[in-house]
Amino acid sequence: MRIESEKQLRDYRKKLADADKKLTKKIMVCHGPGCLASGAEKVSEEFEKQLKRKKITGVTVGSIKKTGCHSFCEKSPLVAIEPAQILYTRVKVKDVAEIIEKSIKGDEIIERLVYHDPHSNDAIPKYPDIPFYKHQTRIALRNLGKINACDIDDYIRVGGYEAAAKALLKMTPEGVIDEVTKANLRGRGGGGFPAGRKWKSCRAVESDVRYVVCNGDEGDPGAFMDRAIMEGDPHTVLEGMIIAAFAVGAKDGYIYVREEYPLAVVNLQKAIEQAEAIGLLGDNILGTDFSLHLHINRGAGAFVCGESSALMLSVAGNVGEPRAKYIRSVVKGLWDKPTVLNNVETYANVPMIIANGADWFTSVGAPKNAGTKAFSLVGKVRHTGLIEVPMGTPLRTIIYDIGGGILKDRPFKAVQTGGPSGGCLAEQHLDLSVDFDTLTKHGSMMGSGGMIVMDDRTCMVDVAKYFLSFLVSESCGKCIPCREGLYQLHKLAIAISEGRAQESDIEKMEHLSEMVVTGSLCGLGKSGPNPFLSTIANFRDEYLTHIRDHKCSAGVCKELIKYEIDAEKCDGCMACIAACAFNAISGKKTKPHVIDQELCTKCGACVAACTREAIMVL
Amino acid sequence: MKHDLSRVPEIIERYPQQPSSLIMVLQDIQKEFSYLPCEALEQTAAKLGVPLSKVFSVSTFYNAFSLNKKGDTVVRVCIGTACHIRGARQIQEQLETALKIQAGETTKDGKFTLEVVGCVGACAMAPVVLTNDRYHPQCKVNTVKKLVAKR
Repeated sequence: MRIESEKQLRDYRKKLADADKKLTKKIMVCHGPGCLASGAEKVSEEFEKQLKRKKITGVTVGSIKKTGCHSFCEKSPLVAIEPAQILYTRVKVKDVAEIIEKSIKGDEIIERLVYHDPHSNDAIPKYPDIPFYKHQTRIALRNLGKINACDIDDYIRVGGYEAAAKALLKMTPEGVIDEVTKANLRGRGGGGFPAGRKWKSCRAVESDVRYVVCNGDEGDPGAFMDRAIMEGDPHTVLEGMIIAAFAVGAKDGYIYVREEYPLAVVNLQKAIEQAEAIGLLGDNILGTDFSLHLHINRGAGAFVCGESSALMLSVAGNVGEPRAKYIRSVVKGLWDKPTVLNNVETYANVPMIIANGADWFTSVGAPKNAGTKAFSLVGKVRHTGLIEVPMGTPLRTIIYDIGGGILKDRPFKAVQTGGPSGGCLAEQHLDLSVDFDTLTKHGSMMGSGGMIVMDDRTCMVDVAKYFLSFLVSESCGKCIPCREGLYQLHKLAIAISEGRAQESDIEKMEHLSEMVVTGSLCGLGKSGPNPFLSTIANFRDEYLTHIRDHKCSAGVCKELIKYEIDAEKCDGCMACIAACAFNAISGKKTKPHVIDQELCTKCGACVAACTREAIMVL
Repeated sequence: MKHDLSRVPEIIERYPQQPSSLIMVLQDIQKEFSYLPCEALEQTAAKLGVPLSKVFSVSTFYNAFSLNKKGDTVVRVCIGTACHIRGARQIQEQLETALKIQAGETTKDGKFTLEVVGCVGACAMAPVVLTNDRYHPQCKVNTVKKLVAKR
């Protein structure tokens, strides 16, 4: 069957919706990155097995929905029961029978599996009531957790491809560009460049061939929003690309996916085949004379390929070295043809803008920063997961209301946004509004959406050293300021973390940073010193303690710390002795143990093994 | 080490015989042999019409490619920011001690290769270790060695 008109699409949707209404219970098992890592696949297999075996009367249960990321990854694996909106957390295979018995056959809620408030310990069974979800607004992630990722019918049922039909059948390409421009959709990959303007410039270039490209090379460490979208709602990416291609007049499109995301490749490929089979992609989409063919390119593990010009070179089979952008890629991009490149989340917003209009989109968010932004909220925060909030939401709301505060209620120290190119914000920035312009003004940046929370046990010198080391290994080496400058910055950061540096080294680093920023060709180098610059701006004292006092107050920099056992807390359980691979701990059962400083390598195994928190890092 | 390279022509022919197929061909060869055998690179260069120097350049530029054979089990420690903050470096050191190799190396018996990876996108489950494609979420410093215990 091919869908060739708006009416056919609507009829088909109605048929799907009617069939869905007949289901009295739906089981949604999260197959997002976090849940899969925690064994969600076994849970859904068990549900399938038991549903087949058990007789269930009076209730119509649809097939198990293996959905995209439910987002509350800290509690994974997650299972939602619809339409009751019950969310079960940390579901194990052995819980499945009870869930079927009580919550599918009956309407009982299993209290031990639902979310409990960490402070009051009150049970909150329904997910809309959980603070983690309550403060979110979902546009790009709207379908995650709601639909079966690999089923085009499910996507159509919730309104999928309606926007593509509206654009192709009722709007002109110029009209689409105007709408996206009016919505002020800014690039969600981090740059924040208005998508509408990009599309307009591309369309304006005279050429017989144009391309649309989707940047799914989510390289920022600590970020997985795009992964969740590509894996959990691949059709929304395709729909966004169809609309973009129609607007700029492209017949071919490429999706560049990180090689670390094999499931994203599989699901996108399935989505392309499904859409082509019913005429929503490929030749003559929806019976019109507009055609678009989408291709998937797997990345090969190079961070720099997230940079637009490097990515396009990589798609064409070359080494991904960025080029100077005297001529922008909207004029000469992929194979030297005009090319529009947007990131996954940007494309995921497009169908909603076309379907609901620019005014609706700008009603969400902050001035000049319309809409929402997805973040991966991770690090030392209590509730890690995937979130989407209106632009302009204060950092405090994100970390304390959605994230539930700092892990183990330790003091907040910093939050890192924007990946290696971004920066660290400190406590005085907690009330800043999260949007492109505010974050940039305060020395960080929005970036693609990694938000890593740090507590007092995170050393800022170590963080700077970490990012510099990442960038040194990912620098493509084409230009010297980046290749050599970052290398030297990294060396100096190591010296500080080992207590071998002098105060004048900070000045040296600041000077060197300036040269790297000025002299590098692409974004990687230009923003490379940011991790250092933003930590020195907000945490200069911590650098000085390392240099002057040879101390790492966070207890991280190995050369400056030592481990000791608190004799009062130690109950002599010998767990640390068993954990130590270097025989550095001695002591008798029930008597306090002692660490031999000569033998200790500060590997941390004893700290992890101790149940009484008796090992102190000094 | 000798391999049956008879499948190489078939792998190259999966894609259009043009220079832009280079990365995709190399990815499939890497998947088949778990490294890029020299002879396969020569054949790829000839078939796709790409100079061998460029094939070599691409093979060494991207992290996904390896010119050395990898172990039966590839252990990858995620050192993304979220994992780093939650102690990935200590996890890496534990595995290095247990396997008696450094990250990037393969054990002498060819059983394990230890690698670090920038980020695997399972940040909420940090710290994460992968053995081949299997995820091990929330690894602990004192127990991570079990992942590489002799089976």
